[in-house]
Amino acid sequence: MSSIAWFKLASPASFFPLARRLVPWFGAAAAVLATIGLWVGLLVAPTDAQQGDAYRIIFIHVPAAWMSMFIYLVMAFWCAVSLTFNTRLAAMLAQALAPTGAMFTFLALVTGAMWGRPAWGTYWAWDARMTSELILLFLYFGYMALRNAIDDPRRADRASAVLALVGVVNVPIIYFSVKWWNTLHQGASVSLTSAPTMAAPMLAGMLVMAFAAWFYAIAIVLLRVQAIIVEREKNANWIGDLVPRTR
Amino acid sequence: MSVTVTSFDEVGDQPRDSSAWKGFAWSIARDLRLAFRSRAELGVLILFYVIVVTLFPLAVGADIALLRALGPGVLWVAALLASLLSLPRIFAADFADGSLEQLALSTQPLPALISGKIAAHWISTGLPLVLVSPLLGAQFGLTAGEGWLLALGLLIGTPTLSLLGAIGAALTLGLRAGGGLLALLILPLYVPILIFGAGSIEAARAGLGASAQLSLLAAVLLATVVGAPIAATAAVRIALD
Amino acid sequence: MKEGGLSAFLAMGGYGFYVWTSYLVAAIAVAVEIISVRARKRAAMKSVRKSGHRVSVPDDIQ
Repeated sequence: MSSIAWFKLASPASFFPLARRLVPWFGAAAAVLATIGLWVGLLVAPTDAQQGDAYRIIFIHVPAAWMSMFIYLVMAFWCAVSLTFNTRLAAMLAQALAPTGAMFTFLALVTGAMWGRPAWGTYWAWDARMTSELILLFLYFGYMALRNAIDDPRRADRASAVLALVGVVNVPIIYFSVKWWNTLHQGASVSLTSAPTMAAPMLAGMLVMAFAAWFYAIAIVLLRVQAIIVEREKNANWIGDLVPRTR
Repeated sequence: MSVTVTSFDEVGDQPRDSSAWKGFAWSIARDLRLAFRSRAELGVLILFYVIVVTLFPLAVGADIALLRALGPGVLWVAALLASLLSLPRIFAADFADGSLEQLALSTQPLPALISGKIAAHWISTGLPLVLVSPLLGAQFGLTAGEGWLLALGLLIGTPTLSLLGAIGAALTLGLRAGGGLLALLILPLYVPILIFGAGSIEAARAGLGASAQLSLLAAVLLATVVGAPIAATAAVRIALD
Repeated sequence: MKEGGLSAFLAMGGYGFYVWTSYLVAAIAVAVEIISVRARKRAAMKSVRKSGHRVSVPDDIQ
């Protein structure tokens, strides 16, 4: 693909039809993968020797945690692009990614608590990973709250982009400090990071669910970005081309 | 609002040549002069620190062993909150009377001017916290050595709080949402400083020595000194557009 | 036995509450997200249609 084609795609007007075409494919792929993943995770994978069937939560928890961190990185990437090239679409993509990232973070926290109770006796063990995940949720909320608080969309784009970049630089520092804090305070700690030794079906199930989550995220973000494009570009005169009269 | 001579004009002309150091020096002098004109505001901040710290024994009881255990954490958290409370004053007044726009248009590099502002903010708000903290530490049964450690940790940590906080203050300039939003944005970034700071005293108590935590605080400060003024400058320009 | 199979499946070795709560929360979160985003897009399209936009291509072209 020539570079010219990419730049054409950088306008919300030309991206919108592409997004609309892609959503059903990624959505279908996600549904198929999720079905396979759930079948492997719930039916094929054997019961764990130590944790019994409670470990099956990892088929939701681990993909959700991975996506929560991955989406933040992708969001920060688009924020960097939007500041560097001063484009609207990159900022819109970041805007579309945040709620889904927050959703996965929330899911990781809830399922982590649900896993913690049977496996280690307590819903919330203040371990490094879960505490960092909680702070990540605050970072997502901060991004969304700042966007929300600024009326001018372009100022909101730029300000939240700066915030996201400051956040992404700080995430390793936060994680490292929380890890330090955790080992200092817990001595011989039981860690939620110690997954059961992975039988092949368990690993396979987790990977399939991870891809399912990834494709779902792409689909839902592409759908949301369409809504955002229409909301923000509603006064552009090409908007009429996008909105079919019948529907 | 009546037409007044802006703080910008009152405190002297900017240096003619545009070197970063001159800009920094001019900015820090200006902001310090302005800060000490409203000494009462700064006094209130220290009082806030003292009051918040005093709330904890009232809440958990006067058992000295418990207070000793909680002390470092309480003193650090209260310092964070006091810092948070004082952040809007870095930019708000200048933003309101148009001086900030003047600063952005000046020949001095804006990061230097903003660094000066942040430094003045730390001197007027962070440094007093450092000086007061050992006294409050005594209330929590901290030993003399721990009191020194607390002060030293805050000495290294509070500039970082000012630097990171300035980014948040710039991002939220002029917004209605104000203080609560600023807290949501900044407190997650403050977490490492809190952990290393309060952790330094815990480590000393455990016999491990506090040098690791203090070194980490210093490292974070160095990284922030380099990065934060750039981010804060970007945020200020975004707010001014 | 299929009967025993299903109830054993639901019981999840005694951990049924934790496992199924997790999966249920995930399903609800995903469903809520899909529904709300579709509603958001519908509302956006509707508000554009209402404001009387100009169409520069005929309706039958997608």
